[in-house]
Amino acid sequence: MDAFPLLSTMMLVPLAGAIVALFVGANAARWTAVIATLVTFGLGVLLWTGYEIGGAQWQFTERAELFAGFSYALGIDGIALLLIMLSVFLMPICIAASWGAIQKRVGEYMSAFLFMETLMIGTFAAQDIFLFYVFFEAGLIPMYLIIGVWGGDNRIYASYKFFLYTLLGSVLMLIAMFWMVAQAGTSDIPTLMQYDFPAGAQTWLWLAFFASFAVKVPMWPFHTWLPDAHVQAPTAGSVILAGVLLKLGGYGFLRFSLPMFPQASADFAWLVFVLSMVAVVYTSLVALVQHDMKKLIAYSSVAHMAIVTVGLFSFNVQGLEGSMIIMLSHGLVSGALFLCVGVIYDRLHTREIDRYGAISNNMPYYALFFLLFTMASIGLPGTSGFVGEFLSLAGIYQVSTTVALICTTGIILGAAYMLYLYRRVAFGPEKNEDAQAMGDITAREWAMLAPIAAVVMWMGVYPESFLAPMRADIAVLDARIASATPESDSQLVVGPPKAKAANAVSAVEGHNEEGAH
Amino acid sequence: MDFATSFALITPELILTGAGLVLLLWTAWAGDKAAKPIAYVAALTFFAAGLTLVPGLHSGATGPDTLAFLGLLKIDSFALFSKALIYLAAIGCLLIAPAFFNSEAAGVEQGMRAEYSVLILFAALGMSIMVSANDFMSLYLGLELNSLAAYVLASILRADTRSAEAGLKYFVLGALASGILLYGMSLLYGFTGGTDFAGVRAGLTGELGTGALFGLIFVMAGLAFKIAAVPFHMWTPDVYEGAPTPVTAFFATAPKVAAVALTARVVFEVFGAQVEAWRQIVMFTALASIIFGALGAIGQENLKRLLAYSSINNIGFILLGLAVANEAGASSMLIYLFIYVAMSLGSFTALLMLRSDSGDLYETFGDISGLAVTRPAIAWGLLFLMFSMAGIPPLLGFYSKFVVFQATVEAGLIAFAAIAIAASVIGAFYYIKFVKVMFFDEPTDLVTGKSGVANWTILFLTAAIISPLGYLLTPSLSDLANKAAGALFLSV
Repeated sequence: MDAFPLLSTMMLVPLAGAIVALFVGANAARWTAVIATLVTFGLGVLLWTGYEIGGAQWQFTERAELFAGFSYALGIDGIALLLIMLSVFLMPICIAASWGAIQKRVGEYMSAFLFMETLMIGTFAAQDIFLFYVFFEAGLIPMYLIIGVWGGDNRIYASYKFFLYTLLGSVLMLIAMFWMVAQAGTSDIPTLMQYDFPAGAQTWLWLAFFASFAVKVPMWPFHTWLPDAHVQAPTAGSVILAGVLLKLGGYGFLRFSLPMFPQASADFAWLVFVLSMVAVVYTSLVALVQHDMKKLIAYSSVAHMAIVTVGLFSFNVQGLEGSMIIMLSHGLVSGALFLCVGVIYDRLHTREIDRYGAISNNMPYYALFFLLFTMASIGLPGTSGFVGEFLSLAGIYQVSTTVALICTTGIILGAAYMLYLYRRVAFGPEKNEDAQAMGDITAREWAMLAPIAAVVMWMGVYPESFLAPMRADIAVLDARIASATPESDSQLVVGPPKAKAANAVSAVEGHNEEGAH
Repeated sequence: MDFATSFALITPELILTGAGLVLLLWTAWAGDKAAKPIAYVAALTFFAAGLTLVPGLHSGATGPDTLAFLGLLKIDSFALFSKALIYLAAIGCLLIAPAFFNSEAAGVEQGMRAEYSVLILFAALGMSIMVSANDFMSLYLGLELNSLAAYVLASILRADTRSAEAGLKYFVLGALASGILLYGMSLLYGFTGGTDFAGVRAGLTGELGTGALFGLIFVMAGLAFKIAAVPFHMWTPDVYEGAPTPVTAFFATAPKVAAVALTARVVFEVFGAQVEAWRQIVMFTALASIIFGALGAIGQENLKRLLAYSSINNIGFILLGLAVANEAGASSMLIYLFIYVAMSLGSFTALLMLRSDSGDLYETFGDISGLAVTRPAIAWGLLFLMFSMAGIPPLLGFYSKFVVFQATVEAGLIAFAAIAIAASVIGAFYYIKFVKVMFFDEPTDLVTGKSGVANWTILFLTAAIISPLGYLLTPSLSDLANKAAGALFLSV
């Protein structure tokens, strides 16, 4: 690795943009934001191409002892790389989505988004547990402002709920971190990931971390802040919330709960399974009866994230990889769905499903994109959603057939509420004249939706590009938690061995180049 | 022990005394016309006195060389650290005063009184003696010198009934607290036979008798009064609301530092052998302060009153560090104090900038509605300060909670820390209400007055300290705090 501090630069560019945007006029702020996010995305591409698949576990590491009590340590593995890529990819799209929709206090808005980007990159790249906490928690400030200043009618309630709920979840985690650091003598995440905490303590530590991540994911019954926050946030706020912030919870499980407390994770797997099963069924049913498009998609997020959590706690490679892919896919797809809602909201200023109908007549391209993302959300083969859900459910099947059975109903229910939504919005009788008068998507909206559509298809057709960078890291994690793997109830019979394991690290066969797209 | 060394050790106090007397004469001859230059000279005096602290702070002065006047005072680096904070806070409160007193906000008595600066000097002198006390006699001397000056300061706007009321309440309740403290000291003297800290400590080893326990509890109660910890906090909201805002800023910063440092000194050096006896008192007081400070603040409309509750809440976190009862805890407490002083000074300075054209001050939530649109600089400053008070990273207020909770958890008080940190979320509620009112609500455009350079400078400086840049200060800050805590624990 070259010594150029790429991760710090990726954090500094949006930060500098945030400061500039605060002091310039509305249009200049928009352009500053676009340029800063595109430059960061460009740096992200460099990061991906520079990432050596099969190389050291932690790459692009930086370390500086700037603070008392913790250090400024950055570094990424494949898992963090992909989540950083997701963040920097969605960010320019968010800015584009806010181009005309945000008219008041543009500078502050762009500044909040850029600051958010810095924090998201920092959260995924932090290699010091306290530095992670700082970035993780700091995201509350810009998000609180985004919901509160630029949100809908009930924004004050939503912003308070979002802030206090997530804060309460996180503070107990901080106490657990202090204990861990005192016990292990270091705040270095890679070291802590290999440290064996006493089994009795693991229970408490796991619960403290769970309190934080379960709220972030969010898992049922801690999800109630999410529909409020989503509905009230401006479109781009919803995209970031669904696309990246929810992933912080999943990332937390993957980075902290599982490797640091494998025993407690196994002991509490039943809890995660129960909550997730309830979430899948319950929130899907709730989604079915929504009249507000954003609320529907918000509830569907809870259902999808529940499949992520069962996959994570299936303790095998398929489940873990599947969860990662769902997280990436959901980040793109739900983000895109919120953008789709935003597109028609900008025209008619309502999210009421009944106010639309038959808009495929006058907005054919829009209907096409919307259909693609609807299908991806359902998990149609060929889209990213399929890959993730299939792997996750295959993983969980090895642990519990019952859980797999109930979680699979989520796919059916998902098809029900998404197709029902699509039918009411895009097809059916022409009942609203104003909805019929809407023009099709503009060039700016094309530029927002087309890249996401391309990546969704890419991930659906050739997921190897996304699996390759994290394969080694998932394998390490799997080995770490192998000792605690709960017993399977599905009586799998081992067949004749394949020539090559599905998760074999194939460093030789040219996958390196492919992974570097 | 010759007096020359003793006098050398108390150089800052001598500077303050000399300057106080000279300025008092100046006041007498020149009257209120000279109030502004007197304030600046007083600020310079504090600066000069502060400079004399630097070598000792840097080298971490400790041990018998720091005893002055046959052990009446102990000028170790713990005392130096506290003094440095007190002087810095006093400078801030001197600089923000003229603009307030010379505007309509001061009511019918418009025009700064020259005594303000002199009283601040004498109050700070008292605090200097408090934090370096090594004997109950010098402790009481310093405490009363500080308190008497503070009572007058609270009612310095004689024609303003709120100010007079605040002064009266402060005096009556403060005198009661002093009485309780004195009674406790007399009990301790009766049961141990000494007034010097080491002597009392020697008499308190082994089983604690009922009389001595009463003495300990009375002393703790008196000190809790002075630091405004629950259940002895009830004077704070009234006094803070009624006193003129620069005086409130002073009360919230310098005397707090002095009283907390004094409390730490007493519990470790006098009651160090009886940790279990006072620890439960401190733990209870800490939790009660955090919870009641937060709950009390929720319904407040008046910003000064709200900040009074916030200071009670913050004292709870500071006492958390004290309850840890080890060096790391004391060090975390000092770091917290430093950050707390910066945040409080910044907040009150920001409140002083909420002025109408004629200079009248706005004090309620309704007045600052939509401030982010009309006065973005003040609003962003307050946003920083409030999120920092709430302990949200990446602002420095998070670091203060970070060190305190780290010390608490490392000492094994995990359940205690968990309850305290969960209660801190209640506090976050009213801090974010500040942000909600300034940023989310419709602008009222009441705040139109201009503010002077001094206010802007202090707001900018405190905002810079508590911004993420402040984290770069943490290595040197924690170095100094560790030395100070080390000096405190040397004798334990």
